[in-house]
Amino acid sequence: MIASLPRPAWLRTATVLYVAAFLMFLFVPLVIVGVFAFNDASYPAPPWRGFTLDWFTGSAATGRVGLFHDTELLGSIGTSVIVAVWVTILSVTVGTANAFLMERYRFPGKQVLSVLMLTPLVIPGVILGISVLSFSSRVAELADDLFGLDLDFLRPGLPLVVLGQFSYIATIATLMISARLKRFDQTLEEAALNLGASHVAVLRTITLPYLRPALIGSGAIALLMSFENFNTTLMLVGSDAPLTIMMYGRMREGASPVLNAVSLFLMLASGGLALTLMRGGSRAEPAKSAAAQ
Amino acid sequence: MAEISAATSVRAWQRRLILILLLAPALLWLLALIVLPHVQLALLSLRERVAPHVYQPSLAQFHTFFAEPLYWQVFVRTAALSIVATALTLLVAFPIAWVITKVARGRASALLFVVCLIPFWVSETVRALGWLILLRESGVLPALLVKLGLTAMPMELLYHDATILTGLVYTSLLFMVVPLVSSLESLDNSLIEAAYDLGANGFATLRNIVIPHAAPGITAGCIVVFMLTLGNYLTPNLLGGKNSQWFTELIYTQFIVRFNWEQGAAFGFLLLGLSTGIVALGLRLSGQRFVDVMRRS
Repeated sequence: MIASLPRPAWLRTATVLYVAAFLMFLFVPLVIVGVFAFNDASYPAPPWRGFTLDWFTGSAATGRVGLFHDTELLGSIGTSVIVAVWVTILSVTVGTANAFLMERYRFPGKQVLSVLMLTPLVIPGVILGISVLSFSSRVAELADDLFGLDLDFLRPGLPLVVLGQFSYIATIATLMISARLKRFDQTLEEAALNLGASHVAVLRTITLPYLRPALIGSGAIALLMSFENFNTTLMLVGSDAPLTIMMYGRMREGASPVLNAVSLFLMLASGGLALTLMRGGSRAEPAKSAAAQ
Repeated sequence: MAEISAATSVRAWQRRLILILLLAPALLWLLALIVLPHVQLALLSLRERVAPHVYQPSLAQFHTFFAEPLYWQVFVRTAALSIVATALTLLVAFPIAWVITKVARGRASALLFVVCLIPFWVSETVRALGWLILLRESGVLPALLVKLGLTAMPMELLYHDATILTGLVYTSLLFMVVPLVSSLESLDNSLIEAAYDLGANGFATLRNIVIPHAAPGITAGCIVVFMLTLGNYLTPNLLGGKNSQWFTELIYTQFIVRFNWEQGAAFGFLLLGLSTGIVALGLRLSGQRFVDVMRRS
């Protein structure tokens, strides 16, 4: 029962135990991943054989290729960063345009459009992937048949990965930016216009600065979701694997502790990003859409 | 007067231009990446290859699905396990949401909420790695069980349905906790106090006061969790191994391994149909609108 009502002692104990068990369930897998990044063994499994930094700093010379010398893994991080930056730029730009479109304009078909904008969230990521894959290869085929063009970027590879991820991350950016634009007091703009400011000046000095937190928040979410995306990427990836795909491939072969090392970095990076955002924004807003699909 | 109307017509024209400029990215995005790809997928699923580069319209792909027991059994299994996983997630998440909103106060409540959210910022791949190290035969938990004398030999804890469910519940918790917390937050404590004063026991209060109030949050959470579980690939695949038999794996096999896009497209549509159907059913049962639920979650 709630805090203001008398609660029997057993209920208090049960509550504490439940919360403790829940937190253990949440954090044990993550802690385990971190701990075994430092185990002095060639396989991330017990028993504990002593502390080592080999899985970070080791190189071919020492017999253990650590994260900092694993060019394949570092390359895949680079690939992920490139993809994530593109997805973020596209999503925030389109999301901002959509927010103004849906909050400021009336036009025929607006209802349909607003439902359509939400649909990417209810389409499983795998299906987004295969639909983009089959459509783009159809377009490539047509371009080849009709114009003799060889459109290489429509074959599985990073451009398609960017488009596939953007197709649903754009929805999230749209929702986050619209939510803030909706709360904007439009009399501020009117006042500035009355005082002789141009529309561009109003946008630059009043509306966009007001939207800044939502732009930064949605950008961070887009970056994170793109970085962590697996389902859609799996269907569209070509020869350059982003980090999640690379890790998945290695986990199936039997993981070496290098994966624990790279995971530890991911946890620190995303944990840091999460805390910064949650401190900045309202507590539920940025977190709720994280890691979807 | 003429000057003013000319000015307004210029402004109306400007407004129209801006509207078109704003519509362009939205339409491009939705048409080129959502609508047309799904039309193409539908066309693919409704045709059959009769000779190299020769296709004819047919329902053969869907026929194969029903004729081949493996296919529809995996489909039913995926749906059933997803429903179980959704129910389990609700059961695990509800008490935590309750503690966050009604039992803990002030900073403790906010802190608990933040702590609950943090694991979900970490990539699903990393979380799956954690479960692999914990549960596999040479892993932490089997070793611990041996040490405690509970089992003589290390047990293989991976590759069971229970393992898959554990992984799925773990992955889904956030999407249940957040809508539950936001719907329970708006429940006025005095209603619960009133029920208590009027002699209702815990169960009666839960059934008559709490659950009706939290219904929108429960629906939103269940819908999102179900969809994500159904469409998950990574967790069933890594934790279930060959035994996982998850429907998304069949889609992957047809599309990427066998290059049978027609069959894969049909499977994709079946999965999409199931997901949409359950979402619609959930909305109908709870009398809510899609747009509101998506906004809430």
